[in-house]
Amino acid sequence: MSEQIVLKTEAISKKFGLLEVAREVSLELPRGARHALIGPNGAGKTTLINLITGQLTPDSGRILLDGADITRLPPAARVRRGLTRTFQINTLFPDLTPIESVTLAICEREGKAGQFWRSLASHREAIDEAFGILSQLRLAEVATRTTRTLPYGQQRLLEIALALATKPKVLLLDEPAAGVPRDESAMLFSVIAALPDDISVLFIEHDMNLVFQFASRITVLVAGGVLLEAEPDVIRTDPRVREVYLGHDHD
Amino acid sequence: MSDATPTAAENPRRWLRRQGRWSVVEIVFWAAALLPFFFFPTYLPLASQVAIAALFAISVDLILGYAGIITLGHAMFFGIGAYAAGLLSVYGWGEPITGLLFAAAVAGLVGFVASFLIVRVQHLALIMVTLGLGFLTYELANAMTWLTGGTDGLRGVRIWPVFNYFRFDLWGYTAYGYSLAVLFICFLLSRVIVKSSFGLALRGIRENVKRMPAIGSDYKWHLQKIYVISAALAGVAGALLTQTTSTVAMEVLSFQRSADVVVMLILGGTGRLYGAIVGAIIFLLVRDQLAGVNPQYWYFGIGLLLMVVVLFMPRGILGMLTSLTTKRSRP
Repeated sequence: MSEQIVLKTEAISKKFGLLEVAREVSLELPRGARHALIGPNGAGKTTLINLITGQLTPDSGRILLDGADITRLPPAARVRRGLTRTFQINTLFPDLTPIESVTLAICEREGKAGQFWRSLASHREAIDEAFGILSQLRLAEVATRTTRTLPYGQQRLLEIALALATKPKVLLLDEPAAGVPRDESAMLFSVIAALPDDISVLFIEHDMNLVFQFASRITVLVAGGVLLEAEPDVIRTDPRVREVYLGHDHD
Repeated sequence: MSDATPTAAENPRRWLRRQGRWSVVEIVFWAAALLPFFFFPTYLPLASQVAIAALFAISVDLILGYAGIITLGHAMFFGIGAYAAGLLSVYGWGEPITGLLFAAAVAGLVGFVASFLIVRVQHLALIMVTLGLGFLTYELANAMTWLTGGTDGLRGVRIWPVFNYFRFDLWGYTAYGYSLAVLFICFLLSRVIVKSSFGLALRGIRENVKRMPAIGSDYKWHLQKIYVISAALAGVAGALLTQTTSTVAMEVLSFQRSADVVVMLILGGTGRLYGAIVGAIIFLLVRDQLAGVNPQYWYFGIGLLLMVVVLFMPRGILGMLTSLTTKRSRP
């Protein structure tokens, strides 16, 4: 393969007591990937993201980012190396405005967040960059409104804006459109699809139409293990995948 | 100026700059702080107490109101500052300004050591740790009578005139002028901090500590840093009390003082600096008035006031006033 692998997990496993939440999961994300992670509820999708980003530590296996072993790094250090996530449930700063939130993320990235002698307004480059990211995600209009007053869909976009502010190489999106009405979720995914080509995206999504529309590769996770990894066309017709989904109650 | 009417999508740079600007109300507020000199000279000693309490409350606001570190033991730094300034004078150096700096350094150093413990705990455990540290410090001072004078208090504090010129007089002119000046300078410093990118990071921690690592923040360093700054400022407040009263009593380390300062902050409103000052003014004025009526039961009044504020003004008295004025200015 000539593609450059940015993120790689090597047989990572995790047990909570007797429950195997991740079973020798191996995954490769080439540069610019649009990779979907699907599977029934409880398959361990969010757990896998928690393992990759460091909220959880695997019992065995390795995680490599650009070839470097990051298995034991704390979450913040992984973010600074370019591995960033968003959350299924909004994890924002309710009382800050979007421009403040994104500027904060940029100041943290640039190592300027600890400067207590410099006024926030003097960080002009950071502010301009933050506004650029917000504009890109169609949040420019609400940049100076308090986050808690924003409509839910815009809060979902802010989740992504905050992640983009860290200049990720790999972006892990945990159900970015969770709770968003169908027509808005398509818009949200078109924003995701428009992300720069050099960012590798791994996303969890339940809406199969969106998955088949936006993913170039799909991993099916069942009971903590990889059932299948393939192109969308293969997944679509695979009998095992069908069984998993048809055998499972749809909501 | 071509400052157009602000819209939702106004230039974000300008909007952020506006957040840091001085308002007329602020300037009037500080000008009003000079009034006791001219109109209420008999209240000057009380005014000094208010200024000192306000500085102490600001130090707590920095960690509680901005960074979300709840503390019930901050009197330890107030007391350490008070004893540091007092001991410096007892051992022969009564120059007040270096005394303040010395107190800030000692309190800040202790705060630095304590901060490693503080960032490891949260919620109830955090309150208990701060409470425990406060008790430890109190009993240490109680046991080390050879140094602190124990319950008899520290004797022999002699403070030299400020700038070698302004003697601490019986009426409290120098005491109030000096306390007010120190309060103002420390306020300016705190204002710079909360309006900085660091201040923003603190608010981020308060708003959602879970998100901080996800934006690549080693937020524990931020917390330790603000804890040290807060401890140093509390130490300055304690030193001011020593210098303006020429005594140090064990009370400076008491739990009561730790609790009172949080009450002041809740009354005035957290996370806005001025809330700390307004809270200190209200608390001490109410205490002064109620103590005149019935010196034994004045906490009854404070308790009542506290409940009214918490139930009906969740963002404090200043928070309520602010929301009233912003509502009115919006058509």
